[in-house]
Amino acid sequence: MSDFAICLAVSAALFTLGVVGVLVKRNAIVVFMCIELMLNAANLAFVTFSRQHGTVDGQIFVFFVMAIAAAEVAIGLSIIVTVFRNRASINVDDVTMLRR
Amino acid sequence: MLAPTALLFLPLLAGVLINGLLGAKLPKWFSAALGCAAMGASFLGALIVVPLVAAGAVGDQVLWTWMAAGSFTVDVALKFDALSCVMALIITGVSFLIHIYAAGYMSHEDKRGLSRFYTYLNLFVFSMLVLVLGNNYALMFVGWEGVGLCSYLLIGFWYDRERKEGDSTFPSQAAKKAFIVNRIGDFGFLIAIFLMFTTFGTLQFDAIYANAQSVVGGPALMWGKPVLWWITALLFVGAIGKSAQIPLYVWLPDAMQGPTPVSALIHAATMVTAGVYMVARSNVLYTLAGTGPSLVAPIGIITAAFAATMALTSFDFKGVLAYSTVSQLGYMFVGVGLGAYSAGVAHLMTHAFFKGLLFLTAGSVLHAMRDVGDIRRMGGLSRKMPITFITFAVAALAIGGFPFLSGFFSKDAILLAAYQQSQWIFWLGAITAGLTALYMFRLLAIAFLGEPRDRELHDAAHESPAVMTLPLIILAVLSATAGAVLGMHEDGLLYRFLSGVLHVEHHGAATMTPMFISVALGLVGMVVGLLVYRGKSADQLNHGSAISALPRAKWYVDEAYDAAIVRPIHDVSRSVLWRFVDKWIIDGVVNASAAAVYAAGGVLRNVQTGVVQTYAALILAGTVALLFVKALL
Repeated sequence: MSDFAICLAVSAALFTLGVVGVLVKRNAIVVFMCIELMLNAANLAFVTFSRQHGTVDGQIFVFFVMAIAAAEVAIGLSIIVTVFRNRASINVDDVTMLRR
Repeated sequence: MLAPTALLFLPLLAGVLINGLLGAKLPKWFSAALGCAAMGASFLGALIVVPLVAAGAVGDQVLWTWMAAGSFTVDVALKFDALSCVMALIITGVSFLIHIYAAGYMSHEDKRGLSRFYTYLNLFVFSMLVLVLGNNYALMFVGWEGVGLCSYLLIGFWYDRERKEGDSTFPSQAAKKAFIVNRIGDFGFLIAIFLMFTTFGTLQFDAIYANAQSVVGGPALMWGKPVLWWITALLFVGAIGKSAQIPLYVWLPDAMQGPTPVSALIHAATMVTAGVYMVARSNVLYTLAGTGPSLVAPIGIITAAFAATMALTSFDFKGVLAYSTVSQLGYMFVGVGLGAYSAGVAHLMTHAFFKGLLFLTAGSVLHAMRDVGDIRRMGGLSRKMPITFITFAVAALAIGGFPFLSGFFSKDAILLAAYQQSQWIFWLGAITAGLTALYMFRLLAIAFLGEPRDRELHDAAHESPAVMTLPLIILAVLSATAGAVLGMHEDGLLYRFLSGVLHVEHHGAATMTPMFISVALGLVGMVVGLLVYRGKSADQLNHGSAISALPRAKWYVDEAYDAAIVRPIHDVSRSVLWRFVDKWIIDGVVNASAAAVYAAGGVLRNVQTGVVQTYAALILAGTVALLFVKALL
């Protein structure tokens, strides 16, 4: 199996792990980490294709994704903190309504 | 030529817009002055136009193209010829006097009411001018509907008034009745317009009349009658509605619920004569189709006699005049029906003067009698209101055909045409002339002569102010002299002026016989009216002979219409259309669609759990499904 195929397989495995984690985990922090996992799986795919095609476009995209992921972490974590303050829980099943 | 046209129409339009939009903010005197000034300017326009037309230098004035579809076009175009000018002059002249009169009569209205009144009045005259000056049937129909609308608005002017004791109707109901009954006639008019379009491909007067000869003797259209017969008959249906002939006259007596200047202007002098104008305008068609003597004249004379019997028994001051109007309109249709178009138009003109005058005196009386119109409570008013009495007497003599007053000339011309062509029409007309004089002098004797029947009302009565009596005097002079000045015979001024437009038919030599007969019957009617009704008490009036019971109940025509048409429609509407169609079918469709949306919402609502992971799963499923579809395609 070529490096290209191996890298894509790793990316797909990581992405699947992330999807399953988002769907089945109840802890908001873990769900959050799974989302990061999916983003990084996508990054890996970008870089792989970039190398394969000999262009830099994919690598530039990765920087964008990283920057946005950083912003997302800041916002996401603060939402989780606010939810915890209001409900004393970060279980996503408990947060089915925006109002109390 | 554009300048007098603008002078005819634009001031009225300005009056409508200013009074209509700003009326509530304007002072009363300004609303009235604006309405009268606009009307006066329009009258001036008509005065300028007439000599230009008499000089023969004026053709059709095309203002702009209204609609164009292939080869068919309708222009907004005006026709200035002798007939339309005579009509415009009558309309603007009489309207001007009535506008001035109304300033006094309506002075008790508030700011809003007065400006509304003058808005409607100006709009009416504007529409009426469109009706008589348009050069095609489409534009005529616009004016026709416009005056119908104004008539509705003005009959219902006091729309918040309840039924008065002893009255059979009240303003808002009378307005609806007038509008709906007129709609039936308008339907005939519309069908006639469609027929003219399919037959001639145009609606313009001159083009139709030039081609009319070519369709004579064509195949039968329906019921064995050719197309021209149908066109003229259906046009006449429109005229029957607007000009209150049997069987559609029932709206006119009820229309007296409107303010009296309105009765004078619209329901006596101008609008109701539109049907006569239309028949006279279409004289080429009527002459070729032959519908005049077989259809128009018989309906006219039967209406004239029939309405006269009701005028003879009514106890309502304006009611007598209303039936008298129906009757006189019948005379006009006899004239135009028998080919004496100029005589019909001449009677239209003299009638505008003396009937307008009669209604204005009625308004003067009602004004003095605190709106009591029952003549059984009047009597002896001649001493209290001398000007009103004298002008009323002049009008009564004129309508009664007293020698050398205006009605004498115009009625004689119509009866002469009848005498030459149809004996039964002539004799019915002559008897009706006698009845006309009788009911007018009955009214005069009961209301103005004898002793007062209601002392309290009589003591409060007073002569009207100068703003009201001045138009009375002017109209009285016109009623007295119009016939002699204009010369209502073939060499007279009016006939010569009209001869270029109106087809002239000759039926044997002129003879004095019909004149002597009608004048004799008229004089007998006047004397009998005075002798019989002078000084009768209210009780004596109430206990009339058995003969008068039927016409006094208006021949139960309203009741018959009620039973035959109004009730069934009402009942079907209520039991079938409302209780079944509306409630189950129409409401059912609406409710069923609402219920379907509600049920679908109930199913789809289950998706909205609020659990984030459900949404995530759905997004995933959707994405996978899309990718799957993409892969398959």
